[in-house]
Amino acid sequence: MRKIEILNVKTTIIEKLKKNKANSFKKNELSNHLLESRGEKIFNVIMIVLGLLITVVTLYPLWYTLIASVSKPLLVESGAVVLLPKGISFDSYVQAAKKDGFWMAYANTMFYTVFGVLVNMAFSTTMAYALSKKRLGFRKFFTLFTVFTMWFSAGIIPLFITFKDFGLLNTRSGILFGFAINTYNMIILKSFFEQVPDSLEEAAFMDGASNIRILTTIYLPLSKPALATVGMFYAVNRWNSYFWAMNLLRDDNKMPLQVLLKKLIVDRVANETEAAIVTAQSLSSPTTVIYAIIVLAIIPMMVAYPFVQKYFKTGLTIGAVKG
Amino acid sequence: MRKNVHREIDLSRQPFKRRLQRTMVRDWDLYLLLIPGIIWFLMFCYKPMYGLRMAFYDYNVFKGMKGSTFVGLANFQEFMSGPDFFRTIKNTFMISLWQILICFPAPIVLAIAITEMRNKFVSKLTQTATFLPHFISVVVVCGLVVNFLSPSTGIINLLLNKLGIESKYFMVKPEYFRGVYTSMTLWQNSGFNAIVYIAALMGIDPQLYEAAIVDGAGKWKRIVHITIPSIMPTVVTMFVLQVGKMVKVGYESILLLYKPTTYATADVIATYAYRVGIGNRNYGLATAVGLFEAIIALIMVVGANRLSKRVTESTIW
Repeated sequence: MRKIEILNVKTTIIEKLKKNKANSFKKNELSNHLLESRGEKIFNVIMIVLGLLITVVTLYPLWYTLIASVSKPLLVESGAVVLLPKGISFDSYVQAAKKDGFWMAYANTMFYTVFGVLVNMAFSTTMAYALSKKRLGFRKFFTLFTVFTMWFSAGIIPLFITFKDFGLLNTRSGILFGFAINTYNMIILKSFFEQVPDSLEEAAFMDGASNIRILTTIYLPLSKPALATVGMFYAVNRWNSYFWAMNLLRDDNKMPLQVLLKKLIVDRVANETEAAIVTAQSLSSPTTVIYAIIVLAIIPMMVAYPFVQKYFKTGLTIGAVKG
Repeated sequence: MRKNVHREIDLSRQPFKRRLQRTMVRDWDLYLLLIPGIIWFLMFCYKPMYGLRMAFYDYNVFKGMKGSTFVGLANFQEFMSGPDFFRTIKNTFMISLWQILICFPAPIVLAIAITEMRNKFVSKLTQTATFLPHFISVVVVCGLVVNFLSPSTGIINLLLNKLGIESKYFMVKPEYFRGVYTSMTLWQNSGFNAIVYIAALMGIDPQLYEAAIVDGAGKWKRIVHITIPSIMPTVVTMFVLQVGKMVKVGYESILLLYKPTTYATADVIATYAYRVGIGNRNYGLATAVGLFEAIIALIMVVGANRLSKRVTESTIW
């Protein structure tokens, strides 16, 4: 049933696109001649203005971060920089790049993202594939066994103690393997595998192929888009996560970028605001350096964004239809 | 008959025991594939659940579980009789309420606006722009918020100063916290949450609109009478999901934004548990608080699913 729904949604989208092209003339004609065409036109203009307004408001914080990072600190702190950069200088970037441990943290994040996603995919695909097979005995039980963790989780402290008991505190492998599966992502993969028609593997079975062989030679190549989508989910998560790294790791040389960022851009200013009440004067803070650090930290995500966006959308729509 | 031809794929018609034996023998490697996942779930999901026993003990950090004394419900009593109980419950509820009132309808409006735009370029641009903030990390988003709202150098206060208004201590005064947090999540998640509605909107049969045009219905009437009723099932499902998640407010970002002076409005159950546990090392109490939260969350989610079954006749899972 659900599968059919997905297909329906897909086909209706395609049909709609086709129709839109074919009917655009007809529709315009209709709306121009039969309806209050002026009302329509005004509506269209309002929508364009609204869309541009939303876009500008959404992007402004990022734009401001960028222009502040390349402007002279004094001009930024006096409020002269609002729409365009003033007194262009890249000193902030030089200072940001010289921050203790910045590149180390960057490298660590790369490491956690690349190897973390590999671990994620290895654990998730194998389990999702097994669970997607109706012939698996106790399938219902195993599915419930995984899905239950989405409804009920033990919470922060018991998980922390678990890491401690396994001796995974302050280890890189703790970060890599401790978060190997995200139940939601695994379920998405499972439903992708379920969509592959059984007839494909029947032939392989007759040739005497094993389940593992069928997974690697038939299912994985067929579900490349699905794997890319889920891999992207995991990668974004890995890149952006800070909470457990902050609590599980002790050594600076193992810290990912986000934990360092917390120290550099959140805590520092937070302290300043408190100090500001007392002294009521601004510390000579290199605000522009903070903005430069932010720009450096989000560049990879911005570069990857076009790909990420594409895959996230397909993944989300399917996830939504599947529920 | 088929049995002799080739190995069967569908064994579901055979008696269970026989079926199991057959699949165990034939699909042994399928179980092999299942094992790493099962072990992971046991280690990192079910082992912590077993660790929830701590909630009933006066947990000793150095001696571990064996050296701790059983105290029954004392930890729960401590939590519920303390001054933090009502504060954290109220804050959790209030923050969720703001989320439901402001952050829930926003993506629906956004999705309708995006799909109603005739100008495809602007439509695409709006979607791309609003989707973007979701991929920026919690830390960076909170960093932007804290820096923008800084009383001395933040752009918001600099602009206020230009208008002749004195700098406001947004991050220090408790009355601003909910507004700040809500605006932040609104900015970060509206575009992302709109995707589901956009997909639902794309699925509406265009013939409905054509018929409405012929009948003389204007833009507004078409939105009210066709668009909104068509996406109502999606809206209801998402609403039920949102209500089910009410207890789970985003503690990761609240941890970054709150400070002792704003605890009055910002401290939620999860952040309290975190402070008590990781900060004060009072693991027993923290686990009890966490368990309390998890049980309420479970009740809410199951209740929400029941409700959705009744309302939309389709379960979420």
